[in-house]
Amino acid sequence: MTNHWVDIKNADVILVMGGNAAEAHPCGFKWVTEAKAHRKARLIVVDPRFTRTASVADFYAPIRTGTDITFLGGVINYLLTNDKIQHEYVKNYTDMSFIVREDFAFKDGVFSGYDAEHRKYDKTSWDYERGDDGFVKVDPTLSHPRCVYNLMKQHYAAYTPEMVTNVCGTPTDKFLKVCEMLASTAQPNRAGTILYALGWTHHSVGAQMIRTGAMVQLLLGNIGIAGGGMNALRGHSNIQGLTDLGLMSNLLPGYMTLPMEAEQDYDAYITKRATQPLRPNQLSYWKNYRAFHVSFMKSWWGDNVSAENNFGFDYLPKLDKSYDMLQVFELMAQGKMNGYIAQGFNPLAAAPNKAKVGLGLSKLKWLVVMDPLATETSEFWKNHGEFNDVDSSKIQTEVFRLPTTCFAEERGSLVSSSRVLQWHWQGAQPPGQARSDLEIMAGLWLRIRKAYQEKGGTYPDPILKMTWPYADPESPAPEELAMEFNGRALADVTDPTDKTKVLAKKGEQLSSFALLRDDGSTASGCWIFCGSWTQAGNQMGRRDNSDPTGIGQTLGWAWAWPANRRVLYNRASCDVSGKPFDPSRKLIGWNGKAWSGPDIPDFKADEPPENGMNPFIMNPEGVARFFARDGMNEGPFPAHYEPFETPLGYNPFFPDNKAVTSNPAARVFPDDRAAFGTVDKFPHTATTYRLTEHFHYWTKHAKLNAIVQPQQFVEIGEDLAKEVGVVAGDRVKVSSNRGHIVAVALVTKRIKPLIVEGKKVQTVGLPLHWGFKGLTQPGYLVNTLTPSVGDGNSQTPEFKSFLVKVEKA
Amino acid sequence: MLQMSRRQFLKVSASTLAGSSLAALGFSPAPALAEVRQYKLSRTTETRNTCPYCSVGCGILMYGLGDNAKNAKASIIHIEGDPDHPVNRGTLCPKGASLIDFIHSPSRLLYPEYRAPGSSEWTRISWDDALNRIAALMKEDRDANFVENTPDGKKVNRWLTTGMLAASAGSNEVGYLTHKTVRSLGMLAFDNQARV
Repeated sequence: MTNHWVDIKNADVILVMGGNAAEAHPCGFKWVTEAKAHRKARLIVVDPRFTRTASVADFYAPIRTGTDITFLGGVINYLLTNDKIQHEYVKNYTDMSFIVREDFAFKDGVFSGYDAEHRKYDKTSWDYERGDDGFVKVDPTLSHPRCVYNLMKQHYAAYTPEMVTNVCGTPTDKFLKVCEMLASTAQPNRAGTILYALGWTHHSVGAQMIRTGAMVQLLLGNIGIAGGGMNALRGHSNIQGLTDLGLMSNLLPGYMTLPMEAEQDYDAYITKRATQPLRPNQLSYWKNYRAFHVSFMKSWWGDNVSAENNFGFDYLPKLDKSYDMLQVFELMAQGKMNGYIAQGFNPLAAAPNKAKVGLGLSKLKWLVVMDPLATETSEFWKNHGEFNDVDSSKIQTEVFRLPTTCFAEERGSLVSSSRVLQWHWQGAQPPGQARSDLEIMAGLWLRIRKAYQEKGGTYPDPILKMTWPYADPESPAPEELAMEFNGRALADVTDPTDKTKVLAKKGEQLSSFALLRDDGSTASGCWIFCGSWTQAGNQMGRRDNSDPTGIGQTLGWAWAWPANRRVLYNRASCDVSGKPFDPSRKLIGWNGKAWSGPDIPDFKADEPPENGMNPFIMNPEGVARFFARDGMNEGPFPAHYEPFETPLGYNPFFPDNKAVTSNPAARVFPDDRAAFGTVDKFPHTATTYRLTEHFHYWTKHAKLNAIVQPQQFVEIGEDLAKEVGVVAGDRVKVSSNRGHIVAVALVTKRIKPLIVEGKKVQTVGLPLHWGFKGLTQPGYLVNTLTPSVGDGNSQTPEFKSFLVKVEKA
Repeated sequence: MLQMSRRQFLKVSASTLAGSSLAALGFSPAPALAEVRQYKLSRTTETRNTCPYCSVGCGILMYGLGDNAKNAKASIIHIEGDPDHPVNRGTLCPKGASLIDFIHSPSRLLYPEYRAPGSSEWTRISWDDALNRIAALMKEDRDANFVENTPDGKKVNRWLTTGMLAASAGSNEVGYLTHKTVRSLGMLAFDNQARV
């Protein structure tokens, strides 16, 4: 979230799209209720189903699953055509005036530089024009034909209200009403927020859906203000923390990236990432990359890394491509993976195409499952009748199932969706012989290290030279780890403008990432967490809930990254002179000497407004980007592409170009493409969803939750029920090209058919909480049905738009 | 009725509603003395935690039996929302409100277990045996398949044949240590639920 949960109460208009906040984040959603009750805020829901969030909304509009770029592109077109934009904000804080290269183009659904054979783009033309001073050329009058403003107007001209109705199935009057309500927040004294979740991420164009939403918010001036923002409501309690700590194929902590194999030179690796300002006087804070990276390497390898060995650059593995989950299951299915560890994760249930996952796990030599609960994945090899019909004698995988502690039995911190790190304390001992993951990972690593020390082996250096400074090596304490990821001074840290001033003494915990140095004198395991455990102690455990101004800012409760700033980009809440656009919802302001207010400035605190430094301090431009340059794989402007399992079979925007029916830059493995179904055999559109009484595949193990939602069901609308001859309570079979499930039919008014390109599209809703382990009645894993294909940028699977056939069982 | 905070009330009510406490509470003794049941939470230890389910990060209060004395095994008997928490203000949703049933679920794993190739059963295994064997399997795979250099001479130092999915409800400290351990081995097939 750019903003935070309590801040939602400051909104005038709330759009819930690509998410179902009332059901999935009920206690956070209470702040929507507060906004409605206390400032007459209006809630809009756009969703394929009339969800429980919709049932408390002021306005609901239906949409065909997977077509959100068309809808939001239509909103962009509406705002530009009707000039409903926050002019001062857009003019000063975005790249509207930036001039783009002459060779950039978009034709027939394809951007310039497309390599059809490899399904990827040469992005060279997706860039700005530079002046002789090296800075980007701008036209503040916005009349240049290739300024971003004009290119954007041109791009979204095709996204008319009629086109939205045609592609999304949303009635035109409903679409226009949503536009009007959103447009009302273009005024500087009105704020609109967007709350989204997996309904936007679980698509092959999910990242671009989110980007389109962000572009709407920028036009309206809603980023960086109270009651505004692009608010991702994340899934798990520490998914934010794991993202921040970089536990993904290509990441390092603090959103740094591993080198690609072509990056053999350390300095070039750093220089590429230490982006310099593209406009005069901009902060471009990633320019400090070297300090973040060196401090990180010092944290893990201590005295064994220095300038002499490029701070251990060779210890880091280099990528040839992404080894994300879908790529790994593809390799597993091909028999190319030997071992796998599933830590607190249930991929047989949670990954797409269950048959493919089961096949992959069966080809492993060994699997380790670390979990507090007995999961489906741990028993992928065991026959569970129709729910897991396998022959154990044919599966040779060795499986280890290790019992772990749960939240109540450990100390540590979690990062909520609003970037707040909260410490929790331990209230019980684990049952039986269950152990903490800390002891299990330490146990494995120490044994491996010992074996390399005693017997040698392949390239042992990064293992033998890594620091393991824990008081009890077999049981590193959470406090030691938190202090390590915060960071400390390895030598006195002095003020760069006055060397006699010592800002942090050797050995002291660091209070801010501004103190990180690139000469090896500082260590920090995760630079964005620097400030979470200072000399003053564990900031994450603070419990001052006072909100002195009433705007919902509790700076003394726990600690947020970065630097305890609660609303990102909050400089944008003020005009160019440093005065808040809306004094009644002030977050920060310039007082003549410094920026201050109810929030910590997400900005250089003493930078006078007249110097022209802009709010988007991580971007080299200093401003927000409508034109993404090379940041996205499909193109600098989002465009509509159909889900891979499309009910249409063509892209309504470019019906003659088969190459762009679906995302032309998405990775599709041949066996996955062969497993896609077509609308002739699978005439109904399906989307997965969640219930408020259950959390994923966990709570079926909890008695109370199992009681309130004990049995698997699928939701179909009354019209579809009539078509297939089903009444409520009948058992139905839902099949895709990858398998089938059988469940009870819940027949409702909540899903209506939509008219898309002149044909009727029926949608089926599939709640996913059941499986063959736990206290509920056993059910089919819903991911038996889903397609294995991911977003073109993030490789997040397209769980929410695919084709099925519903029939009486 | 006397104004007091929740914590004061707990202190005052103590274990039985005897005469002097009642006066302090502002009750008249006679009807209240008929109530003999002890206040359930009065013997418990209160611990602050965070709900492990969604990303709202609601504050919870866990009440455990066992007063931290040595050899007294703590067990959580009740969980409710933390009224001090600025986001959830003491409320919980149906998932958080049932957390007690997660902690005490019959599905909780208690012992390390092993499934041999081709078998249809679990057998128990000791922690040492499990960790020894897994570590040996990992080193064996790494030694055999680690790639120091590509065929065209690029130094890559990567291990592609063993992978891991990390726990998205695990703490930052668990995640940080997990990252440290697997990345130092050169692992690239490493992901977590953020991907999903």
